[in-house]
Amino acid sequence: MNHHHILHNIDAFIQFCWALSFGLLWLLYLFAAMSARIRHKKWPFFRIVFWTLGMISAVLAITGPLAKQAHLDFKAHMIVHLLLGMLAPLFMVLAAPMTLLFRTLNVKTARKLSVVLRSKYVRIVSHPIAASFLNIGGLWVLYTTDLYAEMHANIFLHLFVHIHVFLAGYVFTASFLSIDPTPHRFGFIFRAIVFVLAAAGHSILSKYIYAHPPSGVSEEQAQLGGMLMYYGGDAVDIVMIIILCYQWYKASWPRSLSVLPKIH
Amino acid sequence: MAAKMNNSNQFIPSVCFARNIWSGILLGIGFIAFVDEAVFHQILHWHHFYDKSTTDIGLVSDGIFHAFSWFATIGSLFMFADLRRRNALHLVLWGGGVFLGAGAFQLYDGIVQHKMMRIHQIRYNVNILPYDLIWNIAAAVMIFIGMIFIFQAKQRVTKNREKPIK
Repeated sequence: MNHHHILHNIDAFIQFCWALSFGLLWLLYLFAAMSARIRHKKWPFFRIVFWTLGMISAVLAITGPLAKQAHLDFKAHMIVHLLLGMLAPLFMVLAAPMTLLFRTLNVKTARKLSVVLRSKYVRIVSHPIAASFLNIGGLWVLYTTDLYAEMHANIFLHLFVHIHVFLAGYVFTASFLSIDPTPHRFGFIFRAIVFVLAAAGHSILSKYIYAHPPSGVSEEQAQLGGMLMYYGGDAVDIVMIIILCYQWYKASWPRSLSVLPKIH
Repeated sequence: MAAKMNNSNQFIPSVCFARNIWSGILLGIGFIAFVDEAVFHQILHWHHFYDKSTTDIGLVSDGIFHAFSWFATIGSLFMFADLRRRNALHLVLWGGGVFLGAGAFQLYDGIVQHKMMRIHQIRYNVNILPYDLIWNIAAAVMIFIGMIFIFQAKQRVTKNREKPIK
């Protein structure tokens, strides 16, 4: 009983640290936005809103009633993963935190940071194909091996899996949308093809879960969770596709519109 | 210049000619996949989310086409907007693409995905033959209409191309 009590305390402590970290990230962003406003021009308000929504999604996923429910209920677990691995990263990428950071830092520190961002490690991890394997591949490992059952038995493994889901989700979203400056931006067609394959990997996995429940999950729960993953994934994917295509639309603006003749 | 823009005897740049067809084909695929999902899965509940007879390759094919159809729908609409801003939209050519894309995907779904990969059937607990026939004949008709549209548009465009631009 004592052991259980200690575990419960550790769990509460982890949740507290998680909420605190995101609270600090939120304050840092606000502070940077204000400082950018003084030194440069006004930082767009909608980006602050995106950052706030990102922080809320990440905190809701890990703390409070949803986190508690997720230990018992596979459907709740799936909502946690949609919030943590897809929605929070999407909102955060749309808030362009790196651009804001570069505006706030002094030249020397900014240079150092850009060296880090251009390093081989960051380049490899943020390659769309590598990011897809980290993100979707990680999910395949989680739901088709015993990892899912073990995760619920070990509190630290549980934390590790959630941090991975969040970080991989962020790198994945950032590598396709490249709203922040990136050392190398890949062509639209390349990103489109890799994105379709990654999204396919996601929907195949959700149907696989529907038919083959992960260890320790009942058939009914797996079916509900699989469908939630399938349609929830679609919703976020659609937003990402619209942004990707809009970037293409803007970039392919014909320079000499008037030269092109009318047809019929 | 403005007079030239309105001259109906002018031609489509070859890039835009292909883009008209591709934008149509992609929207056709996306649209028919959407109809499949909305009408047969969600409203009628004829199709099943998962059928135990599904082969592995069927699961993969279904997943890829599902992801692709979303991208195709949205991408084709941005292409449509691009053609409009270039003043290069040709509705008959584009519409031909829509029929061709919709028919081709419906035929692939009806023959390869339903019958060969067995991802699911059109309807359960009925004699499936008439359903399969209607499904695939409808697909062939759509392909045929698409071909006629594209052929007609192409003829008109080439005829205009041969005329000297005044």
